[in-house]
Amino acid sequence: MFKEFRPAVTSFLLLTLLTGIVYPLLVTGISQLAMPAKANGSLIVKDGKPVGSSLIGQSFSDPKYFWSRPSATGPMPYNPTASGGSNLGPTNPALLDAVKARVQALRDADPGNVQPVPVDLVTASASGLDPHISPAAAEYQLARVARVRNLEPDALRKLVAEHTEGRQFGILGEPRVNVLELNLALDAMR
Amino acid sequence: MSANGLPQIALYLGVLLALAKPLGWYMAQVYEGKLPVFVRWVVPAENLFYRLCGVDSRQEMRWTRYALAMLWFALLGVLAVYAMQRLQGMLPLNPQGLAAVSPDSAFNTAISFMTNTNWQGYSGESTMSYLVQMAALAVQNFFSAAAGMAVLVALVRGFARHTTETIGNFWVDMTRSIIYILLPLSVVLALVLVSQGVVQNLSAYQTAPTVETITYDNPKMDAEGNALKDASGNPVTEKATTKEQVIAKGPVASQEAIKQLGTNGGGFFNANSAHPFENPTPFSNFLAMLAIFLIPAALCYTFGSMVGDTRQGWAILLAMTILFVGFLAVAEYAEQQGNPAFTALGVDQDASATQPGGNMEGKETRFGIVNSALFATITTAASCGAVNGMHDSFTPLGGLVPLAQIQLGEVIFGGVGSGLYGMLVYAVIAVFLAGLMIGRTPEYLGKKIEAFDIKMASLVILLPPMLILGGAALAVMLAAGKAGVANPGAHGFSEILYAFSSAVGNNGSAFAGLSANTPFYNVALGLEMFFGRIWLMIPVLALAGSLAAKKRIPASIGSMATHTQMFVWLLIGTVLLVGALNFVPALALGPVIEHLNMINAH
Repeated sequence: MFKEFRPAVTSFLLLTLLTGIVYPLLVTGISQLAMPAKANGSLIVKDGKPVGSSLIGQSFSDPKYFWSRPSATGPMPYNPTASGGSNLGPTNPALLDAVKARVQALRDADPGNVQPVPVDLVTASASGLDPHISPAAAEYQLARVARVRNLEPDALRKLVAEHTEGRQFGILGEPRVNVLELNLALDAMR
Repeated sequence: MSANGLPQIALYLGVLLALAKPLGWYMAQVYEGKLPVFVRWVVPAENLFYRLCGVDSRQEMRWTRYALAMLWFALLGVLAVYAMQRLQGMLPLNPQGLAAVSPDSAFNTAISFMTNTNWQGYSGESTMSYLVQMAALAVQNFFSAAAGMAVLVALVRGFARHTTETIGNFWVDMTRSIIYILLPLSVVLALVLVSQGVVQNLSAYQTAPTVETITYDNPKMDAEGNALKDASGNPVTEKATTKEQVIAKGPVASQEAIKQLGTNGGGFFNANSAHPFENPTPFSNFLAMLAIFLIPAALCYTFGSMVGDTRQGWAILLAMTILFVGFLAVAEYAEQQGNPAFTALGVDQDASATQPGGNMEGKETRFGIVNSALFATITTAASCGAVNGMHDSFTPLGGLVPLAQIQLGEVIFGGVGSGLYGMLVYAVIAVFLAGLMIGRTPEYLGKKIEAFDIKMASLVILLPPMLILGGAALAVMLAAGKAGVANPGAHGFSEILYAFSSAVGNNGSAFAGLSANTPFYNVALGLEMFFGRIWLMIPVLALAGSLAAKKRIPASIGSMATHTQMFVWLLIGTVLLVGALNFVPALALGPVIEHLNMINAH
């Protein structure tokens, strides 16, 4: 019964040291030396100060900005200390009410626009921190942002294209627009 | 599905199957002690380790002693993880000053990580210090995976050997799994993940100003810190504003790598692999999915190699792949169809060159439908349980796929070690059924399958449905069980059924709307995870011991070949039949009703 006790305790301690201390510190050390910007959160730095992360979205509700996807984090949207989705089921009336309200808010901000709304723009992301919207969701908002900012739509379209990433290596994932980077670039235009 | 869905899936399966042979060969060499030249420099350190531990690496164990060693190691794991969570406030590497975890949650998490389940009732970024994440949780990611691999190797030896009492040495199998397989792969994967943007640091959370001032409803608290509720039970809130975002960080990449390679699945953050710091790009997502299936697929080759007939391994791998592709097709189709109720609201759900379309609630833009449905199918075919989208918000049929795969026992690739030993048990059942049909004594790989073997195999097949259905039935009868449900109607039942399936199957994914961080669920699911793991490992080891003791009988004209197409389909049929008999009624009450409700409403 106790014959295996000593091997259990010793191997537990030694292997904990190896996999729980040495391994993560080794990876941390190499990452901090070789890829410090990525290892520290891909922070966007303006005037020497961090103004967000290019991987973590922010909430926008002003018509002059491109809006991010809805976020279900609490208590405020895009809260990186409480990541998560809404977990609303597909037939939950609360989900349908939320989508209806989001469609309405987009229409209120842009009364002339009667196109159907791209689905990613009215559904909450899984992380609640999704930094991206689909190119279709950017295009849907483009006329509004151009009007509020007195920009030529084509000039704005070019700026959106500059912040659009295609499929990785031409095949993986989905094309996407980084909302925070795009809005920071918009604010930097003037 | 968007036009490039099929190429992505084909690329994934192509790379996976191409890696199965080289890695599978390597693992067979490691477990047979014939270490390839390029790792022989580690051998002196390995031998020193055995000396320090008082292990004689040449001394083999009978199955009972092997099981005892495994149990001691598991017990220490539970105690250590529990203690470190309870003491975390006094331990270093806690820059956010997080306090001790509650006893019931710490119990649940300790069992969860020891059993390779990684069910998470807690929310990582607001609960666990960096030290607990690294030295308690990630350590169990290694240990539980290695224990699963060790038990599998013992079973394979049962088939490969004959007329012997012993099935290997647990300490050697477990140690070699870590230092020759899991650890080197993890180091490489972690560094590639950092290159994609996965964070790896020990600094405190970063506060940064936001572009807009955010207005939100802040829940009001009473003096004890509990949320205030109004007369109808809704939380009382007040308007608040913020101009800041607190960005959670930590040593994520190192944990992420072993979380996938060990099919553990416990996220550093609450959002798991949907979180941009755990899974920032489509390539990191591809690697995550590859890492989940890599070792389970390769172990099929290892098995074939160790029993001296690689065709046996390929046959099993083929059966797994066929089952997987079938389930994947359902998930992809259902999710791409989207939610019929949305279309009436003026929402565009059609896939195009500029949007993924489909059911995007609880999914990330960079993954779209293709990679979210693919990830969900992979993570539940294996016993991983990492998620890059919220299964609770999947369409009813899209959510049925993960649930059904877990209930089949996660033998489609499955957890590292546990998937293949589960599938080999199904193979034993399959030859038994075939033997009954033609009236011959069943045999598999030259071993006569007798009453004791079938009893052990039956335990492995029958215990999970008992635990899952019994647990779910108990929860829906108790107020404490029903209190956790988040979604109304049939979906609420699915949430409970999923929780017990996930716990017993040691998966760890969830229909996460269920509020499971309560004393009832923490204790009930904790016990289910324990029995779902340990009570299957012990009969598997008993089977290994019984098989090893048997004589090998030469194949005769009456033996059924087990590397043929017919056997592959027999195996697939057995898995699906056993699963269907056990779970169709329960599935009909959950996802099936919800699906009918959804399509009939429009």
